[in-house]
Amino acid sequence: MSTPSLTDLLPQLASGAAHTHALGFVFAGVEGRKVRIRVPWRQNLVGDPETGVLAGGLVTTMLDHVGGLAVWTALDAFRPLATLDLRVDYMRAAEPRRDLCAEAECFRLTHSIGFVRAWAFEDDPSDPVAASQAAYMLDSDGGRKAGHNRREGGEP
Amino acid sequence: MTALDRIPYAAFLGLTSRRVDGQLVVTLPFADSLIGNPMLPALHGGATAALLEMTAVAQVAATWPETRLPKPINVSVAYLRSGRPQDVHARARIGKAGRRVVHVLAKAWQDDPDQPIATLTAHFLLAT
Repeated sequence: MSTPSLTDLLPQLASGAAHTHALGFVFAGVEGRKVRIRVPWRQNLVGDPETGVLAGGLVTTMLDHVGGLAVWTALDAFRPLATLDLRVDYMRAAEPRRDLCAEAECFRLTHSIGFVRAWAFEDDPSDPVAASQAAYMLDSDGGRKAGHNRREGGEP
Repeated sequence: MTALDRIPYAAFLGLTSRRVDGQLVVTLPFADSLIGNPMLPALHGGATAALLEMTAVAQVAATWPETRLPKPINVSVAYLRSGRPQDVHARARIGKAGRRVVHVLAKAWQDDPDQPIATLTAHFLLAT
Protein backbone atom coordinates (compact mmCIF):
# COMPACT_ATOMS: atom_id res chain seq x y z
CA MET A 1 0.00 0.00 0.00
CA SER A 2 1.12 3.52 -0.71
CA THR A 3 1.61 5.95 2.10
CA PRO A 4 -0.94 8.74 2.10
CA SER A 5 1.79 11.18 1.12
CA LEU A 6 2.61 9.54 -2.23
CA THR A 7 -1.05 8.83 -2.96
CA ASP A 8 -1.73 12.50 -2.35
CA LEU A 9 1.04 13.42 -4.78
CA LEU A 10 -0.03 11.11 -7.64
CA PRO A 11 -2.73 13.38 -9.18
CA GLN A 12 -0.20 16.21 -9.30
CA LEU A 13 2.52 13.92 -10.69
CA ALA A 14 0.07 12.66 -13.35
CA SER A 15 -0.89 16.03 -14.77
CA GLY A 16 1.08 18.76 -13.02
CA ALA A 17 4.03 19.24 -15.40
CA ALA A 18 3.53 21.67 -18.28
CA HIS A 19 3.53 18.97 -20.98
CA THR A 20 1.12 16.58 -19.25
CA HIS A 21 -1.13 19.54 -18.45
CA ALA A 22 -1.11 20.64 -22.12
CA LEU A 23 -2.05 17.12 -23.21
CA GLY A 24 -4.87 16.92 -20.66
CA PHE A 25 -3.66 13.88 -18.71
CA VAL A 26 -5.73 13.10 -15.61
CA PHE A 27 -5.01 10.73 -12.74
CA ALA A 28 -7.45 7.81 -12.82
CA GLY A 29 -6.56 5.81 -9.72
CA VAL A 30 -4.10 3.45 -8.09
CA GLU A 31 -4.69 -0.13 -6.98
CA GLY A 32 -1.79 -1.93 -5.34
CA ARG A 33 1.15 -1.46 -7.72
CA LYS A 34 -1.04 -0.59 -10.71
CA VAL A 35 -1.58 3.05 -11.49
CA ARG A 36 -3.82 4.52 -14.19
CA ILE A 37 -4.15 7.80 -16.11
CA ARG A 38 -6.63 8.92 -18.77
CA VAL A 39 -6.52 11.39 -21.64
CA PRO A 40 -9.76 12.86 -23.01
CA TRP A 41 -10.01 12.62 -26.83
CA ARG A 42 -9.28 15.87 -28.61
CA GLN A 43 -8.98 16.72 -32.33
CA ASN A 44 -5.46 18.16 -32.00
CA LEU A 45 -4.13 14.92 -30.48
CA VAL A 46 -5.10 12.91 -33.58
CA GLY A 47 -2.44 11.13 -35.67
CA ASP A 48 -4.43 10.22 -38.77
CA PRO A 49 -7.12 12.70 -39.85
CA GLU A 50 -8.76 10.02 -42.04
CA THR A 51 -9.61 7.94 -38.99
CA GLY A 52 -9.67 10.37 -36.04
CA VAL A 53 -7.46 8.00 -34.06
CA LEU A 54 -5.11 9.45 -31.40
CA ALA A 55 -1.47 9.79 -32.51
CA GLY A 56 1.02 7.03 -31.77
CA GLY A 57 3.34 9.64 -30.28
CA LEU A 58 0.64 10.61 -27.79
CA VAL A 59 0.13 6.97 -26.79
CA THR A 60 3.90 6.67 -26.33
CA THR A 61 3.91 9.76 -24.11
CA MET A 62 1.09 8.31 -21.99
CA LEU A 63 2.86 4.97 -21.57
CA ASP A 64 6.16 6.69 -20.72
CA HIS A 65 4.46 8.92 -18.17
CA VAL A 66 2.27 6.33 -16.46
CA GLY A 67 5.35 4.09 -16.22
CA GLY A 68 7.09 6.76 -14.15
CA LEU A 69 4.06 6.94 -11.86
CA ALA A 70 4.27 3.14 -11.44
CA VAL A 71 7.92 3.37 -10.36
CA TRP A 72 7.06 6.00 -7.74
CA THR A 73 4.15 3.83 -6.61
CA ALA A 74 6.46 0.83 -6.21
CA LEU A 75 9.04 2.97 -4.38
CA ASP A 76 6.24 4.51 -2.32
CA ALA A 77 8.18 7.74 -2.70
CA PHE A 78 8.95 10.47 -5.19
CA ARG A 79 12.54 10.36 -6.45
CA PRO A 80 14.07 11.83 -9.62
CA LEU A 81 13.56 9.45 -12.57
CA ALA A 82 14.60 9.30 -16.19
CA THR A 83 13.34 6.89 -18.83
CA LEU A 84 16.26 4.83 -20.08
CA ASP A 85 14.41 3.11 -22.88
CA LEU A 86 10.88 2.40 -23.93
CA ARG A 87 9.51 -0.09 -26.43
CA VAL A 88 5.90 0.18 -27.55
CA ASP A 89 3.94 -2.43 -29.52
CA TYR A 90 0.84 -1.14 -31.27
CA MET A 91 -1.69 -3.97 -31.24
CA ARG A 92 -4.63 -2.25 -32.90
CA ALA A 93 -5.93 1.19 -33.82
CA ALA A 94 -7.50 3.14 -30.99
CA GLU A 95 -11.23 3.67 -31.40
CA PRO A 96 -11.91 7.05 -33.03
CA ARG A 97 -13.08 9.88 -30.78
CA ARG A 98 -12.69 7.84 -27.58
CA ASP A 99 -10.80 8.74 -24.39
CA LEU A 100 -7.78 6.56 -23.79
CA CYS A 101 -6.53 5.07 -20.51
CA ALA A 102 -3.03 3.89 -19.68
CA GLU A 103 -2.13 1.61 -16.81
CA ALA A 104 1.33 0.56 -15.62
CA GLU A 105 2.96 -1.73 -13.13
CA CYS A 106 6.57 -1.63 -11.96
CA PHE A 107 7.20 -5.37 -11.66
CA ARG A 108 10.84 -5.17 -10.54
CA LEU A 109 12.93 -2.61 -8.72
CA THR A 110 16.68 -2.86 -8.33
CA HIS A 111 18.99 -0.44 -6.57
CA SER A 112 19.17 1.79 -9.63
CA ILE A 113 16.52 0.63 -12.17
CA GLY A 114 12.74 0.24 -12.25
CA PHE A 115 11.35 -2.23 -14.83
CA VAL A 116 7.84 -1.44 -16.00
CA ARG A 117 5.09 -2.87 -18.17
CA ALA A 118 2.29 -0.61 -19.32
CA TRP A 119 -0.71 -0.84 -21.62
CA ALA A 120 -3.22 1.56 -23.17
CA PHE A 121 -6.92 0.81 -23.73
CA GLU A 122 -10.37 2.40 -23.95
CA ASP A 123 -12.39 0.24 -21.51
CA ASP A 124 -10.77 -3.14 -21.04
CA PRO A 125 -7.11 -3.54 -19.98
CA SER A 126 -7.10 -7.02 -21.50
CA ASP A 127 -7.86 -5.60 -24.96
CA PRO A 128 -4.98 -3.12 -25.32
CA VAL A 129 -4.41 -0.62 -28.08
CA ALA A 130 -0.71 -0.68 -27.23
CA ALA A 131 1.63 -2.22 -24.68
CA SER A 132 5.07 -1.16 -23.55
CA GLN A 133 8.09 -2.37 -21.68
CA ALA A 134 10.39 0.27 -20.24
CA ALA A 135 13.30 0.80 -17.84
CA TYR A 136 13.64 3.86 -15.65
CA MET A 137 16.82 5.09 -14.01
CA LEU A 138 16.34 6.00 -10.35
CA ASP A 139 17.86 9.15 -8.87
CA SER A 140 18.67 10.22 -12.41
CA ASP A 141 19.59 13.74 -11.40
CA GLY A 142 23.03 12.48 -10.30
CA GLY A 143 23.24 15.35 -7.88
CA ARG A 144 22.44 17.94 -10.56
CA LYS A 145 20.91 21.04 -9.06
CA ALA A 146 17.69 22.72 -10.06
CA GLY A 147 18.18 24.77 -13.22
CA HIS A 148 21.10 22.59 -14.39
CA ASN A 149 19.77 22.29 -17.94
CA ARG A 150 19.54 26.07 -18.29
CA ARG A 151 23.30 26.41 -18.06
CA GLU A 152 25.39 26.85 -21.19
CA GLY A 153 25.98 23.36 -22.60
CA GLY A 154 23.99 22.00 -19.66
CA GLU A 155 24.55 18.37 -20.57
CA PRO A 156 28.10 17.04 -20.05
CA MET B 1 4.33 19.64 -48.15
CA THR B 2 5.01 16.56 -46.04
CA ALA B 3 2.86 14.05 -44.18
CA LEU B 4 3.33 16.23 -41.09
CA ASP B 5 0.98 18.81 -42.59
CA ARG B 6 -1.79 16.21 -42.42
CA ILE B 7 -1.21 15.20 -38.80
CA PRO B 8 -3.09 17.28 -36.18
CA TYR B 9 -0.75 16.16 -33.38
CA ALA B 10 2.27 17.36 -35.39
CA ALA B 11 0.62 20.78 -35.68
CA PHE B 12 -0.15 20.75 -31.94
CA LEU B 13 3.55 20.17 -31.19
CA GLY B 14 4.48 22.87 -33.74
CA LEU B 15 6.67 20.55 -35.86
CA THR B 16 8.32 22.08 -38.90
CA SER B 17 10.38 20.34 -41.57
CA ARG B 18 12.92 21.04 -44.27
CA ARG B 19 14.82 18.91 -46.72
CA VAL B 20 18.58 18.45 -46.36
CA ASP B 21 20.26 16.30 -49.02
CA GLY B 22 16.98 14.59 -49.86
CA GLN B 23 16.31 13.69 -46.22
CA LEU B 24 13.75 15.38 -43.98
CA VAL B 25 14.97 17.25 -40.92
CA VAL B 26 12.07 17.83 -38.55
CA THR B 27 12.24 20.40 -35.76
CA LEU B 28 10.30 20.51 -32.50
CA PRO B 29 10.51 24.20 -31.53
CA PHE B 30 10.97 24.72 -27.82
CA ALA B 31 7.85 25.73 -25.89
CA ASP B 32 7.24 25.83 -22.14
CA SER B 33 4.38 23.37 -22.71
CA LEU B 34 6.94 20.64 -23.59
CA ILE B 35 8.53 20.60 -20.14
CA GLY B 36 8.19 17.31 -18.26
CA ASN B 37 10.65 18.01 -15.44
CA PRO B 38 10.29 21.59 -14.19
CA MET B 39 13.29 21.31 -11.84
CA LEU B 40 16.15 20.82 -14.32
CA PRO B 41 14.17 21.83 -16.46
CA ALA B 42 13.95 19.03 -19.05
CA LEU B 43 11.71 18.21 -22.00
CA HIS B 44 9.18 15.43 -21.46
CA GLY B 45 10.60 12.24 -22.94
CA GLY B 46 7.26 11.63 -24.60
CA ALA B 47 7.61 14.81 -26.65
CA THR B 48 11.01 13.68 -27.91
CA ALA B 49 9.62 10.21 -28.67
CA ALA B 50 6.68 11.75 -30.55
CA LEU B 51 9.09 13.89 -32.60
CA LEU B 52 11.13 10.78 -33.50
CA GLU B 53 8.06 8.76 -34.37
CA MET B 54 6.55 11.46 -36.56
CA THR B 55 9.88 12.09 -38.27
CA ALA B 56 9.94 8.37 -39.12
CA VAL B 57 6.33 8.51 -40.38
CA ALA B 58 7.13 11.57 -42.52
CA GLN B 59 10.27 9.99 -44.00
CA VAL B 60 8.38 6.78 -44.87
CA ALA B 61 5.51 8.81 -46.36
CA ALA B 62 8.00 10.86 -48.40
CA THR B 63 9.62 7.68 -49.69
CA TRP B 64 6.29 6.05 -50.65
CA PRO B 65 4.11 9.07 -51.46
CA GLU B 66 1.36 7.06 -53.14
CA THR B 67 0.37 5.05 -50.05
CA ARG B 68 -1.66 6.08 -46.98
CA LEU B 69 0.12 7.09 -43.77
CA PRO B 70 2.23 4.17 -42.50
CA LYS B 71 0.98 2.47 -39.34
CA PRO B 72 3.46 1.86 -36.51
CA ILE B 73 3.89 -1.80 -35.52
CA ASN B 74 6.41 -1.09 -32.80
CA VAL B 75 8.81 1.64 -31.77
CA SER B 76 11.76 1.50 -29.42
CA VAL B 77 13.30 4.68 -28.02
CA ALA B 78 16.61 4.99 -26.16
CA TYR B 79 17.05 8.15 -24.14
CA LEU B 80 20.70 9.15 -24.20
CA ARG B 81 20.74 12.66 -22.76
CA SER B 82 18.37 14.92 -20.91
CA GLY B 83 16.45 17.21 -23.28
CA ARG B 84 17.37 20.82 -22.49
CA PRO B 85 14.83 23.65 -22.88
CA GLN B 86 15.62 24.43 -26.52
CA ASP B 87 14.68 23.20 -30.02
CA VAL B 88 15.09 19.52 -30.92
CA HIS B 89 15.83 18.29 -34.45
CA ALA B 90 15.37 14.81 -35.86
CA ARG B 91 15.96 12.83 -38.99
CA ALA B 92 15.13 9.27 -40.03
CA ARG B 93 16.45 6.79 -42.55
CA ILE B 94 15.00 3.61 -43.95
CA GLY B 95 16.99 0.65 -42.61
CA LYS B 96 15.24 -2.04 -44.64
CA ALA B 97 12.17 -1.92 -46.80
CA GLY B 98 10.18 -5.06 -47.46
CA ARG B 99 6.95 -5.38 -49.39
CA ARG B 100 4.74 -4.66 -46.38
CA VAL B 101 7.05 -3.68 -43.53
CA VAL B 102 9.64 -0.92 -43.30
CA HIS B 103 12.36 -0.77 -40.66
CA VAL B 104 13.31 2.82 -39.75
CA LEU B 105 16.11 4.34 -37.66
CA ALA B 106 15.92 7.90 -36.37
CA LYS B 107 17.83 10.19 -34.07
CA ALA B 108 17.09 13.44 -32.26
CA TRP B 109 19.61 16.09 -31.25
CA GLN B 110 19.84 19.65 -30.00
CA ASP B 111 23.16 21.41 -30.73
CA ASP B 112 25.23 18.64 -32.25
CA PRO B 113 23.90 15.86 -34.53
CA ASP B 114 26.77 13.68 -33.30
CA GLN B 115 25.51 13.99 -29.70
CA PRO B 116 21.95 12.67 -30.02
CA ILE B 117 19.60 13.03 -27.07
CA ALA B 118 17.52 10.02 -28.19
CA THR B 119 17.40 7.37 -30.90
CA LEU B 120 14.52 5.35 -32.31
CA THR B 121 14.17 2.07 -34.16
CA ALA B 122 10.74 1.22 -35.48
CA HIS B 123 8.73 -0.99 -37.81
CA PHE B 124 5.88 0.40 -39.86
CA LEU B 125 3.22 -1.35 -41.90
CA LEU B 126 2.87 0.14 -45.36
CA ALA B 127 -0.85 0.72 -45.71
CA THR B 128 -2.14 0.25 -49.24
